[in-house]
Amino acid sequence: MKSDDTESEDTGGIVLWNDAHPGPDMISTRTLGFWLYMLTDAMLFASIFTAYAILWHNNAGGPGVGQVVDLGYAFGETVLVFASVFAFGVAMAALKRGSHRSVVRWIGAAFLLGAGFLAMEIHEFAALALQGIVPERSGFLSSYYTLVLTHGLHILFGLLWMAVMVAQVLRQGFTEGVVYRLLNLRIFWHFQALIWVFIFTFVYLQGKL
Amino acid sequence: MLVHLQGPWSPFIGRLSLHQIPYDNPIIVGAFAFAVAVGIALFAGVTYTGSWRYLWREWLPSVDHKKIGVMYILVGLVMMFRGFIDAVMIRTQQLMAVGPQSAGHLEALHGYIPPFHFDQIYSSHGTIMLIFAATPILVGLMNIVVPLQIGARDMAYPYLNALGLWLTTAGAALVMVSLYLGEFSHDGWIGLTPLTELPYSPGVGVDYWLWAVQIGSVGTTLGAVNIIATIIKMRAPGMKWLRMPVFTWCAMATNLIVISAFPVLAGALFLLTLDRYLGTHFYTAALGGNVMLYTDLFWVWGHPEVYFLVLPAFGIMSEIIPTFSKKPLFGYTTMVLAALGISGVSWSVWLHHFFVMGAGPNVVAFFSMSSMAVGIFTGVKVFNWAFTMYRGRLRFDSPMLWAIGALSFLLIGGLTGMMLAMPPIDYQVHNSVFLIAHFHSWLMTISFAALGAITYWFPKVFGFKLDEATGKRVVWFWIAGAVLVFTPMYILGFMGMTRRLDYVAHPSWYPLLVAEQVGIGLFCVAAYYQFKQLYVSIRDRKHNRAEADAWGSTRTLEWMTHSPVPFYNFAVTPQIHARDEWAWRKERGLTNLMPDRFQDIHMPKDTYVPAVLGALAFVFGFGMVWRIWWLGALALLAIIGVVIWRSFHRDTGYVIPADEVERMERGYLEHAPEGATEEVPVGEPAPGVLASSQAPSRQGAGS
Repeated sequence: MKSDDTESEDTGGIVLWNDAHPGPDMISTRTLGFWLYMLTDAMLFASIFTAYAILWHNNAGGPGVGQVVDLGYAFGETVLVFASVFAFGVAMAALKRGSHRSVVRWIGAAFLLGAGFLAMEIHEFAALALQGIVPERSGFLSSYYTLVLTHGLHILFGLLWMAVMVAQVLRQGFTEGVVYRLLNLRIFWHFQALIWVFIFTFVYLQGKL
Repeated sequence: MLVHLQGPWSPFIGRLSLHQIPYDNPIIVGAFAFAVAVGIALFAGVTYTGSWRYLWREWLPSVDHKKIGVMYILVGLVMMFRGFIDAVMIRTQQLMAVGPQSAGHLEALHGYIPPFHFDQIYSSHGTIMLIFAATPILVGLMNIVVPLQIGARDMAYPYLNALGLWLTTAGAALVMVSLYLGEFSHDGWIGLTPLTELPYSPGVGVDYWLWAVQIGSVGTTLGAVNIIATIIKMRAPGMKWLRMPVFTWCAMATNLIVISAFPVLAGALFLLTLDRYLGTHFYTAALGGNVMLYTDLFWVWGHPEVYFLVLPAFGIMSEIIPTFSKKPLFGYTTMVLAALGISGVSWSVWLHHFFVMGAGPNVVAFFSMSSMAVGIFTGVKVFNWAFTMYRGRLRFDSPMLWAIGALSFLLIGGLTGMMLAMPPIDYQVHNSVFLIAHFHSWLMTISFAALGAITYWFPKVFGFKLDEATGKRVVWFWIAGAVLVFTPMYILGFMGMTRRLDYVAHPSWYPLLVAEQVGIGLFCVAAYYQFKQLYVSIRDRKHNRAEADAWGSTRTLEWMTHSPVPFYNFAVTPQIHARDEWAWRKERGLTNLMPDRFQDIHMPKDTYVPAVLGALAFVFGFGMVWRIWWLGALALLAIIGVVIWRSFHRDTGYVIPADEVERMERGYLEHAPEGATEEVPVGEPAPGVLASSQAPSRQGAGS
């Protein structure tokens, strides 16, 4: 739609009502909205990271970060998150080819890897809690639990979303609605991996150095 | 139970008990009786007019951006009335409780409100006015006007739009319930830590405040995502960025603030929630908590929030002033840049709310200067409005009076803001009523603009104008009331009166408090005329029918469709040629509203899902406030379940066939009021008017 073409002095040529205007396409509109949502999620994490940055030395005589985090274990979690993101990326490549079976399989793989990450995280925190290292102990532990588990909650939500998407791909195929949700899930899943990179750097690495 | 709760708790009903109903408080019982009476009157009215079916089928499930906007504004106005009653009570208490000799009534030592109750009143006044009155009214206005101004059929996500409305309503409902069941927060609208921690605020008040604000903010954030995506994606062909009306630009700037700032509030409140529910130590005074962490996080949201409220007001003034000056807006580009500048700088000023913390000279100097930078952008806007009016053909209809009132209070509020931005002055008047008068001057700007906008766009939505005579009385009583309340308040601030006083120790302040009381009395008169205006306008609506161009000198796209706007907005998407498209067309006599050909229109289907989700969010909030874990968990699971269930729906839209659109359009034109813009019978061109049937558009000829 070149509006410049219609700006002539000859009034007979002016288009007042554009009945050929196609309107926005659904997938790009929904994806834009999801990017905006991701910005809000980034700001939520930013505020919790801020709390961690302020409180991480406040042990109140309890265990400090060096005694709480285990770098090797966290590295294992990192590998799982990245592998899960990779599997989801392969599923998106399969989406371009239009292969239902590949998409479902690779999302299944991403789900299992993500579930493995979540299982490791739950095990990590259950072990801490059993030693009496609980968030009520100090400001540091409060912010440590909250930051890492808020991310874990996002992972749990992503897993639930994956399960729903597998069901929708199997039931509805690649309709516009299903495709935009798959693309948004991709953004979400990559974003959570990115947040994990920050957590690994600022909590685990910084805690051990 | 991870935290120590004072008072009983049972797994079945949590902390609820009959003792939580304040039936021994005559003020609350009176408020309850009033609410019940209004409820019965509304119920009877709806039943008498037989409108239940209409409301249930046309409004409750609606995804139409105009109806959603109207409902937002209704929620906002109802809450504003509640917040206003709080204000009257605060003023009256301060008048009655002056000096040791003042009498006490109703369990109060002085005045008639005991401190604990008084603290709840000012807390709810602030929370309600900012988050549940101003916010919904402005969001509602943006909802109605933005899609019309950019020539869109609806918002980018109509379903999400309805969800935002019902979540905001759920938050507002929680605040209202707190009046009759339990208590509200007594720690100020900002939630002073560590006073909001469980040991110091053991009741459910802070929990009500937390969950109401949290749920309402989720709604506001979803709405912001929607408005930004709508502006980016849904503009009519030819509407380039610098052809967008300034109100739409302000909506863009203000919603950028929302999506960047509201999540920080969510984070700040989330951590406080963990403190109160799980016993963590984020904001506690011991065991490694940090009280200033809350203050910083809160104001990182809190200051942008101020500009989130004022930018739509600027947008409104930028629409009303050109219309009633019969001139294009002066300095369009600088207006746009100033709006974006304000939204940008809003992020770097939060510390001026607590200069007295003592952050050191460099930090304080930075925040002082960045706060003053706001004055540059605002100054640009003030001068542009003044130049728009300069040598214009001014007409003083009530929207224009509101806009001029807003401009005047903006000057007062802005200049006192510059004073407060200087740390040495701020140290003197920090938390005095001088500050209160300053930000209320701003809020007067916002209220004036919002009421002006309601008057201005009312005919667009409902097809008839609000009554002018009563409308002007509302304006003048509001302005007179505001001057009388806030001028003495500035003076009292200099005399050292601090905010939130339930007892005034200095009898010498009494005359000024009397003046304030007279002012609030004028506000009451304004409120009376407000109701009367609504009544008179609806009664005489047949005489006040508005044409498409309701004010005769409007300039932007929303006036280029019928009044009231059809549910599909524009029968055919308009092609945009200029910044003020409607003014551009009027200059060239191209005012024919009848397109030459029609096409099928795709519309989203109405759905009850958003209202159900809003109701579930209310139940969730209620369950969490009273710590009824099973109820909260069930509601949360139900929310997740409903969202997933809805995502399987494929059939969410429908099509109106082209000939049906044409039939409806002809109906609108036939029923247009006398003297409407459509002076020419359909299909017959007047001299100089481009009739579509004679000169088919280029697109039409080509296809």
